[in-house]
Amino acid sequence: MTDSKAMAGFDEPALSAGKRAILLISRLWAWVFLALMIVFFVVAVGVFSSATFLSVRNSQNILVAIVPVLLLGLGQTFVIIAAGIDLSVGWVMSLASVLSAHAIRAAFNAGVPLFLSVVLGFVAGVGGAALVGLVNGLIIAKLKVPAFIVTLGTSFIVRGMSLLFSENTTVIGLPEGIRDYGNESLFYWVRGEGGGFYILDKPEVSGELLRSMDRILAWPVVITAVVVLVCLFLLKRTQFGRHTYAIGGNMQAALRTGIPVDRHIIKLYMLSASTAGVAGVLSTLRFTAGSAVIGDPLLLSSIAAVIIGGVSLFGGAGSIIGTVIGALIIAVLTTGLVMLNVPAFWQFIVVGAVVIIAVLIDQSRDLILGRRGRGT
Amino acid sequence: MSEPILSIRHMVKRFGGLVAVNDVSLDINPGEVVALLGDNGAGKSTLIKCVSGVHLPDEGEIRFEGRPVSFPKPIDARSAGIETIYQDLALANNLDVPANIFLGREAKNRYLGGLVKTLNDKWMLGQAEQSLAALDIRFPSLTQPIESLSGGQRQAVAIARAIYWKARLMIMDEPTNNLGVPEQQKVLELIRRLRDQGVPVILITHTMPDVFAVADRIIVMHRGRKVTEKRTGETNASELVQYMVGALDDTRTSA
Ligand SMILES: Nc1ncnc2c1ncn2[C@@H]1O[C@H](COP(=O)(O)OP(=O)(O)OP(=O)(O)O)[C@@H](O)[C@H]1O
Ligand SMILES: [Mg+2]
Repeated sequence: MTDSKAMAGFDEPALSAGKRAILLISRLWAWVFLALMIVFFVVAVGVFSSATFLSVRNSQNILVAIVPVLLLGLGQTFVIIAAGIDLSVGWVMSLASVLSAHAIRAAFNAGVPLFLSVVLGFVAGVGGAALVGLVNGLIIAKLKVPAFIVTLGTSFIVRGMSLLFSENTTVIGLPEGIRDYGNESLFYWVRGEGGGFYILDKPEVSGELLRSMDRILAWPVVITAVVVLVCLFLLKRTQFGRHTYAIGGNMQAALRTGIPVDRHIIKLYMLSASTAGVAGVLSTLRFTAGSAVIGDPLLLSSIAAVIIGGVSLFGGAGSIIGTVIGALIIAVLTTGLVMLNVPAFWQFIVVGAVVIIAVLIDQSRDLILGRRGRGT
Repeated sequence: MSEPILSIRHMVKRFGGLVAVNDVSLDINPGEVVALLGDNGAGKSTLIKCVSGVHLPDEGEIRFEGRPVSFPKPIDARSAGIETIYQDLALANNLDVPANIFLGREAKNRYLGGLVKTLNDKWMLGQAEQSLAALDIRFPSLTQPIESLSGGQRQAVAIARAIYWKARLMIMDEPTNNLGVPEQQKVLELIRRLRDQGVPVILITHTMPDVFAVADRIIVMHRGRKVTEKRTGETNASELVQYMVGALDDTRTSA
């Protein structure tokens, strides 16, 4: 085996153990940060106010709060891993909210049962959103216009359409019953005498007992969890996910190995618009109204969540779990600061600082790896 | 003599007014390493891009395994069995070794009658291990993103990929560029191994020692034309340099 001696150098690991350790920490920092932050707020809120940070109710509030930001971030995660960007998701969410409100109202008024009307709402909202994604993807993939420009442009167009379709920003007159889909939950827990744990069965309680009733896993949270699982599966276990990483890692390599890059990019923007669409429909259910302005303020928070979660804006790196953690970090920060009566502007300042720290940590990782190019 | 695997006849490729490849003819036989030499801009890369489906030649004929062929796209050349490793290796640094070997051709598990398909990473890892072992390449870990590998190791991944997909002709564009000396040796060793397995190699290079280390035959290009073709034993470095700079030119003397 003289030949194997000639190849022996390939056995040496290219990175020292110390550098590997630093890399591991840089990958896990978001978890550590989230944990430390929760500990901090548990203590601080306990000391400075009469409330409890980690109560059942508060934790459920945090979960409900992350739903729209997380949904916008989930599709965005795929797009950014493939080295793209989708600036239209905020207004696409609004459009989906408006379209679903129209669909539900029209269907219900035409005598369609409530549940089916809600299903139609999802079809209209997510379908309309996906159509915008298709247009984004076609222009980006086929006409080779940078994603930043295309989605900036379509976001203005979609903004105009949302306002146009929404009869002055809000679509009202929806069946009252849809409130339950947006606000009721999988489990109920009534504390105190005569209380108990209820599954899929809202207890008939009133007065003091109603106040001590917690909704656990509200329907929007359940639906979002399902979307998270689907995205996890898509990104980690399927060819679709593998190609998403490959395109972001080295577009030339993807092209040369025969990956259908154009078609893949179109699918990515449709996926991104679709998760934004789900967010729009859920907001319609939650507020019993379609809103043409609900999504826009969430765009930057969702991108912040994705970046805090470790998705590289250069493409090629990131994970669904990371984005979930990123969204949780923002929601925990915001909720915690509110409970501490910290003025609202501080929330923005702190979130901004965390985003920049996240990117710095990401870059230190590249530095350790010797700033190797993404493709060879 | 067996039939050549690849023969090119009177190939011409123009870019506007520039004739990058000018009436080049050559043959590649089974199990030989042919070095393609030439100064910067001589047309080496353009010539092989015409074979690998990146460019369509303007004139001339390509025969591969006896049949006339035309490759409108790189994927067409690859499916015919011509694998090209460019100066950039077409690897995704953020993916691991098996993912790169199977890039674009991933193995899948099918569930629910093919409705749901998942990546069969376990099988792909096993195949990657086998194909690397067949080339006597060993890495500490195959499941790390390859950005942590050295340049030579990545070169080896690209070669292993080509072999795995049953390359019947391998084209390598300056594979030892940007590598340290020990790694250059390993890559040359891999090229010899390819030849021993019967896969002919076209090796584009500027590096004279590489040529004499592995090539059986040498073709020199100058300003788009093939100026000479020699067996390695029949020539030496200083003669080749004279061909490269245009001081010697067989077409001129014979014409
Ligand atoms: N796509 C292209 N469009 C226009 N001109 C090109 C193109 N590709 C190559 N050329 C020109 O064709 C000529 C031959 O280039 P080529 O890349 O084939 O040379 P080379 O022998 O590979 O050189 P090097 O050793 O520097 O890689 C050069 O003058 C180059 O500028
Ligand atoms: Mg070249």
